[in-house]
Amino acid sequence: MDSSILLALIQDGIVSGAIYALLALALVLVFAVTRTILIPVGEVVSFAALTYANLDNGKPPAVLILLLGLGVAAFLRGAIFSRGRALIQLGVETLIVPGTIAFAATLLAPLQLGVAMNAVIAIAVVAPLCPLLYRLAFAPLAEASVLVLLIAAVGTHLAISGLGLLVFGPEGARGVPFSDAVVQLGPIIFPGQAICVLAATLCVMGGLWAFFRFTLAGAALRATAINRRGARLVGIPTENAGLQAFWLAGLIAAGSGVLIAPLTTVYYDGGFLIGLKGFVAAIVGGLASYPAAALAAILVGIVESFSSFWASAFKEVIVFAGIIPVLLWRSLRHVSVEDEE
Amino acid sequence: MLSRSRITLIAATFVAGFGASLAHADTIKVGITLSATGPAASLGIPERNSVPLFPKKIGNADVQYIVLDDGSDTGRAVANTRKLIDEDNVDLIIGSTVTPASLQMIPVVVEKKVPMIAAAASGAIIAPMDENKRWVFKVPQNDGLMADAITAHMAKAGIKTVGFIGFNDAYGDGWLAEFTRSATAKGITITTAEKYGRADTTVTGQILKIMATKPQAVLVAGSGTPAALPAKTLKERGYTGTMYQTHGVANAEFLKVGGKDVEGTYLPSGPFLVADQLPDSNPIKAVALDYTKQYEVVYGPGTVSTFGAHGMDTARLFGAAAPVALTHGKPGTPEFRAALRDALEGLRGLVVDHGVVNMSPTDHNGFDERARVMVQIVNGAWKLQP
Repeated sequence: MDSSILLALIQDGIVSGAIYALLALALVLVFAVTRTILIPVGEVVSFAALTYANLDNGKPPAVLILLLGLGVAAFLRGAIFSRGRALIQLGVETLIVPGTIAFAATLLAPLQLGVAMNAVIAIAVVAPLCPLLYRLAFAPLAEASVLVLLIAAVGTHLAISGLGLLVFGPEGARGVPFSDAVVQLGPIIFPGQAICVLAATLCVMGGLWAFFRFTLAGAALRATAINRRGARLVGIPTENAGLQAFWLAGLIAAGSGVLIAPLTTVYYDGGFLIGLKGFVAAIVGGLASYPAAALAAILVGIVESFSSFWASAFKEVIVFAGIIPVLLWRSLRHVSVEDEE
Repeated sequence: MLSRSRITLIAATFVAGFGASLAHADTIKVGITLSATGPAASLGIPERNSVPLFPKKIGNADVQYIVLDDGSDTGRAVANTRKLIDEDNVDLIIGSTVTPASLQMIPVVVEKKVPMIAAAASGAIIAPMDENKRWVFKVPQNDGLMADAITAHMAKAGIKTVGFIGFNDAYGDGWLAEFTRSATAKGITITTAEKYGRADTTVTGQILKIMATKPQAVLVAGSGTPAALPAKTLKERGYTGTMYQTHGVANAEFLKVGGKDVEGTYLPSGPFLVADQLPDSNPIKAVALDYTKQYEVVYGPGTVSTFGAHGMDTARLFGAAAPVALTHGKPGTPEFRAALRDALEGLRGLVVDHGVVNMSPTDHNGFDERARVMVQIVNGAWKLQP
């Protein structure tokens, strides 16, 4: 192994790690606010990637059926308990917003306005799935234990994955790259797509930091994450906080999906493994710290890259086995088990 | 279909009513289980689409096809096979699309003494030949035949060192085993053998490892569009050696996704892929073009695929063997099934869409080197190599 291989492996690891970092951020955010481990994040990634790749053919995205169906289901479920203004708000969020998005996407998709527009459409139609899932599956369980929420997340993952097969079919698809340009710096080659991935990741991280630091909504989310009951006592509507967290997670995951679409052939169930690696990073970060999760994600990417060089047959094993020493170390270091709430 | 079988039934009752043993229209029932959904759907769908083109009458006998979907799932394939034999009393099983399902169907057909023609690729389905596999035949080419085509091409081009990268599943492992055997025989060295996953977003690590061993050529053993990823990375990293792929990529989608990254790549394939480029003297050409025409009349131009041709080939074997079997017994009887098995084993010089079949008691695939050609990707299209 010479230095150029070393640099190339590190660079490759950082690019994969950037995607895992985005998903780790989404997972940490959702867990901190709602105590839910968002396992369906992988499906959101696949669906966004497939939607982006399939927009090439100029047809309205197939996922719209899922979006509208989930919207109606979430409305019917919520309508039982809501009256008056809450019902109107529910109607707007579960019927009007998805309906408008679906209408706009149906109009815009056949026009073939280029990769940037396709990326926007893909994110716009897939990201709202996350908050709709929250309304349908997780909001009613907001006060339940972490274990119940985890079981709900696994159930949602299985259901959404099955619906994905129905909507997208078993065939994989690969998207058009944002840019074919290749930048060469000495011995290192930067493909255009890798630069897009890194730039997008940095933008999202910067944006999240600014959102939590400078906006009232961000402060409310942080407050809910730190102490749910306390936040409610000072007048923060915590259910809205959950909804916002799922919105952000949906946007981040759908964005990641669009970013990986040109890198590989994505199948309806392909995002699960990517989401799982983001989850490994989030665990290493203790499901609480954003910087730790992001750094851990980059580390996961680099470990993966080096193990694909040295022992490609055992690549996944090495990555997932890496979580065991971290868990051991954590359980030895924190003797007290975190209590519920 | 329904009215036809109803007419047959009425006719049969009528004839039987006279107590005459006059020859009435027999019906051969063929049970088909294919993977029209699930991971192998892109293979199973064109196979299933070929069924309407299968022969509807053989000699004086009508043929009834019963098609079931096994979802690429072994359990369902086995259940389908049992149902077809027990409830529908079929004389022949065709299927399945994938190797694991086909392997598990063998004990069922052996127990019931019904012959089976598999549309799955692995040589393990029919080899090594034993008491059970006597009942099993297979239409796609053995991987070994394809691997030999690649190593022969390499030897001719003076390539001595090859880097290998394949799927981390049965397809990649099977190819690695066959390619290692074939390459060793030709004195070709495999510099390194790497694995990658169908859904991986990057193979840079594996490609750097391969390039560090400086092979003259690289063989990618993957199927469908994910096999384009190593080619793309090789081009990106400035690899200038020869690239080879396997016949698992022989579909139009791969050309679209691979684009200029796979330009110049060599791969082995059934002659069906380039049937229109075959010389007129090649008997396969007429058969393959006939199927292509029939298929595209029904499903539209450009829809035909090599997998659909495998589906058609199961029916060509059946169509050639059944007339012989009919002279030995009535459909639905054990004698007919045994005779059908013997007739399949006795097929000699039968031209099908993918080659020329010469069955023998030890070889239930029956293909020789006429069943594969080397193809190069030139200007985004398949080009037959001499």
